[in-house]
Amino acid sequence: MSAIVEVVEAGLAVTIQDRGRNGYRNIGVPVSGALDPLLITAANALLGNDPDAAVLEVCLAGPSLKALSGTVRVSLAGELSAQVVTTRGRMLKVEPWHTATLFPGDVVRIGSVVKGVGYVGISGGFLVPEQLGSRSTYMRARIGGIDGSPLALGQHLPCLPLSGNPWLEGCGTLEWPAEDCPLRVILGPQDDHFTPSALATFFGQPYVVTRDMDRMGIRFEGEKLAHNERGAEVVSDGVAPGSIQVPANGQPIVLLADCQTSGGYPKIATVIKADLPRLAHVRPGDVVRFVAVDHRQAAAALRDQASWVARWCETIGTFCPPGVVDETALYEDNLISGAIRGDEAFAVV
Amino acid sequence: MNATVPILPVRLLSVGDTAWTVEFGVAIDPAIHGRVLGFCGLLDTLSADGRLDGVVEWVPTFRSVTVHFNPQQIDAMVLRNLLSELAGKSGVLSAVGCRWHIPVCFDAESAPDLADVAKAKGMTPEEVVHLLTGSIFSVYMLGFLPGFPYLGGVPEALDMPRLASPRKVVPARTIAIAGRMCAAYPWESPGGWRLLGRTPVRLFDAANSRRPALLAPGDEVVWEAIDSAVYAELDAECAAGRFDLMQLMRQGGL
Repeated sequence: MSAIVEVVEAGLAVTIQDRGRNGYRNIGVPVSGALDPLLITAANALLGNDPDAAVLEVCLAGPSLKALSGTVRVSLAGELSAQVVTTRGRMLKVEPWHTATLFPGDVVRIGSVVKGVGYVGISGGFLVPEQLGSRSTYMRARIGGIDGSPLALGQHLPCLPLSGNPWLEGCGTLEWPAEDCPLRVILGPQDDHFTPSALATFFGQPYVVTRDMDRMGIRFEGEKLAHNERGAEVVSDGVAPGSIQVPANGQPIVLLADCQTSGGYPKIATVIKADLPRLAHVRPGDVVRFVAVDHRQAAAALRDQASWVARWCETIGTFCPPGVVDETALYEDNLISGAIRGDEAFAVV
Repeated sequence: MNATVPILPVRLLSVGDTAWTVEFGVAIDPAIHGRVLGFCGLLDTLSADGRLDGVVEWVPTFRSVTVHFNPQQIDAMVLRNLLSELAGKSGVLSAVGCRWHIPVCFDAESAPDLADVAKAKGMTPEEVVHLLTGSIFSVYMLGFLPGFPYLGGVPEALDMPRLASPRKVVPARTIAIAGRMCAAYPWESPGGWRLLGRTPVRLFDAANSRRPALLAPGDEVVWEAIDSAVYAELDAECAAGRFDLMQLMRQGGL
């Protein structure tokens, strides 16, 4: 059993992403995957999907999707809203952190992200074929997604038909935390390429996000970080998302999901895994500060984060979309008047 | 590579809370690279025995191995100690790979920097091509882009620094040099290396899940000059998927 949605508007640079592609970094293939993997968890939890199912990553304008065959459900994670236009021309607004059901012929118009990136999940996940073990789109080498490219008009995206109650939608009931404390980093691997005053500057001064940012990384601008006599180049060694490389101009670049697997600039520090999702949401002009932590603190941060994400998922609530609520109210009136008997099926509403 | 490499102290460098770099040296040197391959061989063995829980993958470079791990599956410090212990007892592995003879077109159109390099070195373009095609290059590592091989073995006479200002676009499958290194760009990308030729051979194919990258560390490469007519012919064959890459292999087995 499968269902199909058609891309009726492509949006801008919308890509299919999952948790990324492991096992091929030794041949130069980046990990890719969602810039904010926590939001993949949320988008899938709203649908009762496997937490790793593939979603759409929306950086600017979202796409419009039409249910072609099967009844499907979409979810929104992040500061992203949408509108469902039914075959009968009714319009329903879909709030962030909510799901919406599409009957065959219905269209969902995903809006623009307010800040950073947002994600659109779908029942069963976007079931395009995996390439090298992942569905994540890596555009430079045309790997994953559909032909390794952003969504395009007319594409058919396979997913699964909705298996639950189509009148009972899901929504987050807890606010998604927005942290604005300094970005936590672990020093190294090449902090020994910098002068003591460069290290003091790095941790003491603000750095501004420039326009030069994409899925590979973000260039920051701030007080110059001076290299010591070891210089501004190393014989290329391994990097990871979160690596902060500093080329000769002394301005830090933080690498993200699509980053190369190795690099020849000294890397002063690495953003910890728990704080990396926050970089998915910065915008040019935003100011960040860096603070050093050790491995123990990084592990604690990751545990805390996993537990609040789990709590957010456990507290997902249900609601009836407008229109359906009226029907329910009718039934409730009937119950009160004793016209029909109570029924367990209504008790869950 | 020989087996009498002086054992330098290995350094364990932090790459955040998801990776450690095991550093065997800071230079491009066959002896250091032998230790890199030896360490990877040991990791391969342990992984096959299921004794590297929490380790996601590892990436060999010229001089180090970056071991990526899942911090929710293994404690970073426990892994650090394990890697440190393993690095102390892993040996040196000579590269055992295949030798590939790869066709390259050196026409001016495919080799925008050939004339400049020749001029800087007081040679004719033909002499530069003769030096390139007469050398055996060794694959040290893959990185930067999917399937991008870093090759050692550029003759000293061709040693040139990178371009002062990198190009915004290097066409896919361009052969380039920088210092004593040679490479082939599998994809169109920005790049600061000097562009000396172009191969019709696709160096990376994601649809080939068994061996998506043609070259592997330890392989050797010989460039074979072809003219633009042969280039066009082979390019069409490769684009249509009708070119058998195995015919480029001269020795060794996969």
